[in-house]
Amino acid sequence: MFTLVGWASTVATTNFTEDMMTDTEYASDLSGTATSPRLRFEHLSMVFPDGTHAIDDVSFSVDPGEFVTVVGPSGCGKSTLLRIASGLTQHTGGVCDVNRDSIGYVFQDATLLPWRTVQKNVELNAELHGMSKQDRQRLSAEAIELVNLVGHEDKFPKQLSGGMKMRCSLARSLVLNPEVFLFDEPFGALDEITRERLNDELINLFNSEKFAALFITHSIAEAVFLSTRVLVMSARPGRLIGDYQIPFGAERPHDIRFEPEFAEICGLINNDLKDAHT
Amino acid sequence: MTALDESPAEVPQESMAVTAAVGASVPVHQPKGSSKGHRLKNLIPPLVTFAIFIGVWYLYSWSRFDNPAQRRNALPYPHTVITDGFLPLWDESNGLRPILGYMWPTVKVTLIGLGISIVLGVAIAVVMNLSKGMERALFPYAVILQTVPILAITPLLTQLFGDEIGVRLVVVVLIAIFPVITNTLFGLQSTDRLHHDLFTLNHVSRWTRLRKLELPSALPAMMAGIRIASGGAVIGAIVADFFFNQGEKGIGYYIRNRQQRAANRPEMFAGTITASMFGVVMFLIVGAITARAIRNWHESASRQT
Ligand SMILES: Nc1ncnc2c1ncn2[C@@H]1O[C@H](COP(=O)(O)OP(=O)(O)OP(=O)(O)O)[C@@H](O)[C@H]1O
Ligand SMILES: [Mg+2]
Repeated sequence: MFTLVGWASTVATTNFTEDMMTDTEYASDLSGTATSPRLRFEHLSMVFPDGTHAIDDVSFSVDPGEFVTVVGPSGCGKSTLLRIASGLTQHTGGVCDVNRDSIGYVFQDATLLPWRTVQKNVELNAELHGMSKQDRQRLSAEAIELVNLVGHEDKFPKQLSGGMKMRCSLARSLVLNPEVFLFDEPFGALDEITRERLNDELINLFNSEKFAALFITHSIAEAVFLSTRVLVMSARPGRLIGDYQIPFGAERPHDIRFEPEFAEICGLINNDLKDAHT
Repeated sequence: MTALDESPAEVPQESMAVTAAVGASVPVHQPKGSSKGHRLKNLIPPLVTFAIFIGVWYLYSWSRFDNPAQRRNALPYPHTVITDGFLPLWDESNGLRPILGYMWPTVKVTLIGLGISIVLGVAIAVVMNLSKGMERALFPYAVILQTVPILAITPLLTQLFGDEIGVRLVVVVLIAIFPVITNTLFGLQSTDRLHHDLFTLNHVSRWTRLRKLELPSALPAMMAGIRIASGGAVIGAIVADFFFNQGEKGIGYYIRNRQQRAANRPEMFAGTITASMFGVVMFLIVGAITARAIRNWHESASRQT
């Protein structure tokens, strides 16, 4: 029923059980050397069975330590791109190269299981991977600390604010220490202040964990603030129509948002997006 | 005890009365109000309704008893139901104790039948949830199960299952299983798509997905189904008492047996009221279990606390 088998785990960052590692057919060229990309799309295209042409000839890659953000008009195929990367959707053309045993996927909603406490939700991915109770409790505690949720372990999702839920969702993905992080508008539903605070925290996380990130957002400022590179997608069928290296360093102080250079890049991306709509 | 000539025309009315009593039961959602004063205030409206009901009853009984020609169909006065029906509380052959004695087999049939309905119903829903094909194969029969008039097939059931506890359980299950199946299936199928994606990303087995995702998310709907089923199970057990005479005699038998002679009617009423109370108690117990099971996480639970 599910198509997600046959990807090898070659980098020992995660404590997967043996059966997760048995398959070695695909990934010999993905073996975690610092230079090879963690995620690579080549001439990727996607046509849904109903004929919807969602993605057209998209090529780019994400290296470790790279934070790539895709912005684009609603319905242009951004979520589809992430779903293809994670294997939830099967693409119809081109190449998608990624180690699917080491993916963290943060959805637009926090998608916490409402019947589990924060602690149990954070443990979920590890639990489903068959990690021992001791290990997953230790790693969860660490992740909870990383996202500043200490003290809330025994609360249920309905007792959390929107921002706390997102933190919990983030922690859940962090536990397996994935090589590739996919973010589908994770902060879209939050207020501006919470969003900026989580942006700051995400930058810190990114700088300490050095994963490869593919991020999607509707907020140009968020894209520029977080990313090392911003890609602009056209309206459907989604093509890449803009590509910006963001010239700021790894440290991103909060007030970088008010620098002229920041505004300038935002303006350029904004122009691209206007074109994208027409 | 008077032998009773069969009067089937009466029976549906009787069971209707039981249905109404169970269905009307108590308010499901207590309105908000944490302080004691508030609670008392909330009790007033239903108490007023009750007082009016008793008043009308007195009026009706009184008008009938006054008219000798009508007396055969008269209702006993409410206080007579208590003095001649429920009292004495603890006597071998009169009052409450024999009523409870007759209640016990009915309670047993209800609980066992409900238990079977839950286990079987959830299992069937799980199978139907496995694939659209399974659902298509089974659902029409679940519907037929629900729509077939139980009363019309009692002779058939007697042929198949005899007329002891087995056939009573069959009647209860026939009535109670459908809400369990449909609600559980609905719950399983309402599982959040993103939650499914989350589990897919973790390469889980079908069994793990069922156990850790679908069944927990189906729990509130399943409990709602069980709550409906519990009312149905009580009705089923009592209806079965009316029709199947062998085996342990239940409260339905007690009620039916005291219907014919006016002198026995206070006892009949006492039996009916006790049976209805049992329905209410079942409903409340299942409600309390539901609230406990999902109190921490489900929206519906926060309304009651
Ligand atoms: N399973 C599917 N079958 C057919 N069409 C689909 C399917 N999933 C998505 N689409 C279509 O593909 C296009 C891209 O969808 P997608 O969800 O990737 O957009 P998006 O860029 O994420 O939009 P938004 O910013 O609003 O989230 C849309 O037009 C959508 O209707
Ligand atoms: Mg989207």
